[in-house]
Amino acid sequence: MNKVTRNWMINGTPHRVETPPLRRLLDVLREDLRLTGTKEGCGEGECGACTVMVDDEVVLACLLPAGQVPDGAEITTVEGLEKTPGGRLLQEAYAEKGAAQCGICIPGMIVSSYALLRRGPLQAPDAIRTAHAGNICRCTGYKKIIAAVEWAAERWPETVTPTE
Amino acid sequence: MKAFDYAVARNPAGLAAALKAGYTLQAGGIDLIDLLKTGVEPSDRIVSMAALDEYRQIEVTKDDLRIGALVTLQTLAEDESVRTHAPLVAAVAGSTASAQVRARATLGGNCLQRPRCGYFRSAAFMCLKKGGHQCFAWEGENALHSIFGGGPCRITHPSSLAPVLVALQATFQADNGSEATAYAADDFFRNTDQNLSQEHNLASDQWLTSVHIPLTAQQAGHVEIKPRAHYDWPEASCAAVRTAAGWRIVLGHVAPLPWRARQAEAWLGDRTLQDPAEAREAAALAVADAEPMRDNGYRVRLAQAAVRRALLQAGGHPAEGLT
Repeated sequence: MNKVTRNWMINGTPHRVETPPLRRLLDVLREDLRLTGTKEGCGEGECGACTVMVDDEVVLACLLPAGQVPDGAEITTVEGLEKTPGGRLLQEAYAEKGAAQCGICIPGMIVSSYALLRRGPLQAPDAIRTAHAGNICRCTGYKKIIAAVEWAAERWPETVTPTE
Repeated sequence: MKAFDYAVARNPAGLAAALKAGYTLQAGGIDLIDLLKTGVEPSDRIVSMAALDEYRQIEVTKDDLRIGALVTLQTLAEDESVRTHAPLVAAVAGSTASAQVRARATLGGNCLQRPRCGYFRSAAFMCLKKGGHQCFAWEGENALHSIFGGGPCRITHPSSLAPVLVALQATFQADNGSEATAYAADDFFRNTDQNLSQEHNLASDQWLTSVHIPLTAQQAGHVEIKPRAHYDWPEASCAAVRTAAGWRIVLGHVAPLPWRARQAEAWLGDRTLQDPAEAREAAALAVADAEPMRDNGYRVRLAQAAVRRALLQAGGHPAEGLT
């Protein structure tokens, strides 16, 4: 079985990965790199629990072969969010609004939130709902999740400051 | 997942060589990876065309809009020239699936994805389409199966873009490394009595390179009816487009291929739908020859509503369709 070598910037840290090219990005992240914040829900691209960012796009790590992520790609997982002011604001927002119930969907959910808000001011009235449509919450706690993202959107980016 | 041999095509000649050697083509991978995981797609050799940037171009000529097969749904939804010259395509692309899927899913992949029939997708059922002896939908659970097109296999075509492209009379451009072929809209998708094993007309050594959409639409409307507003499969859709040559009314998600409502098209002739009542009459004709099964009769009414609302939208009376 052939392998590919990839140099990725994951959460701001350079990583060199050697893997069979059709291995799922999800498995490389969770098993090889022990970045277990990203969850596997359905494994079929239905639930969004495995949502990560590759460059500026949200993608499903369970449907993405590692070989299709190019050399030099920037990958952001939930672990990387706390290194950013926006990610920390979202953490605060999710906590403030009580947005997490069982929590399995939250790593993917909050990556979708982050990807949306970092694109700039919301353009459409239903932008938040649309951006999270691919993230399924088994506890059906969507209302507080939406409220958390609205809360963060109102404070983005002017009041965002590093807090540690 | 089982182990695979994986190749990346660096140019069309490389892609052609891989396909001739029996490799299975991967574009965005949204559908293929699922099929590989469940074993419905048995291939263990995959060739990616994702590096072929020439298939990511969008170009406007004086006659048509040319969209590369690898353009993602997200780009289709946001690109200015698509929004200007093919607003139905941009709108449908933007409302299909989820943000995560739209970031990777391609125009070509959306049109060529395999059917979502539960019997076809399950390794437990050796159905007709997979080389078995029967289509289980006839006697089984068939709420999400076809109401048009007869058999022998009762899949519905899963693409949301395909009905729009057929209505717009797009041509599907294919290549095999040595010869380019253009398939007319009405000659690209195949019913299951014409071809059981695949839903389109591409030969095994061909790939889709682009779709050309003529800039001839004078009136257009499109409606999808879904159980949920976002991230759900439509149960019926309709794209209605009028050009100087008349109407094309194409139903989606109710037949094994994008389904033209030819009786309704003929009845409408060159009417411009000044009178909303014409839309009701045409919609009734559009479903007159539907053949529902035990569980999917309700989708005849959904299809009828989709046609009426799409025509009302095209005629400039969108609010009428909501009554």
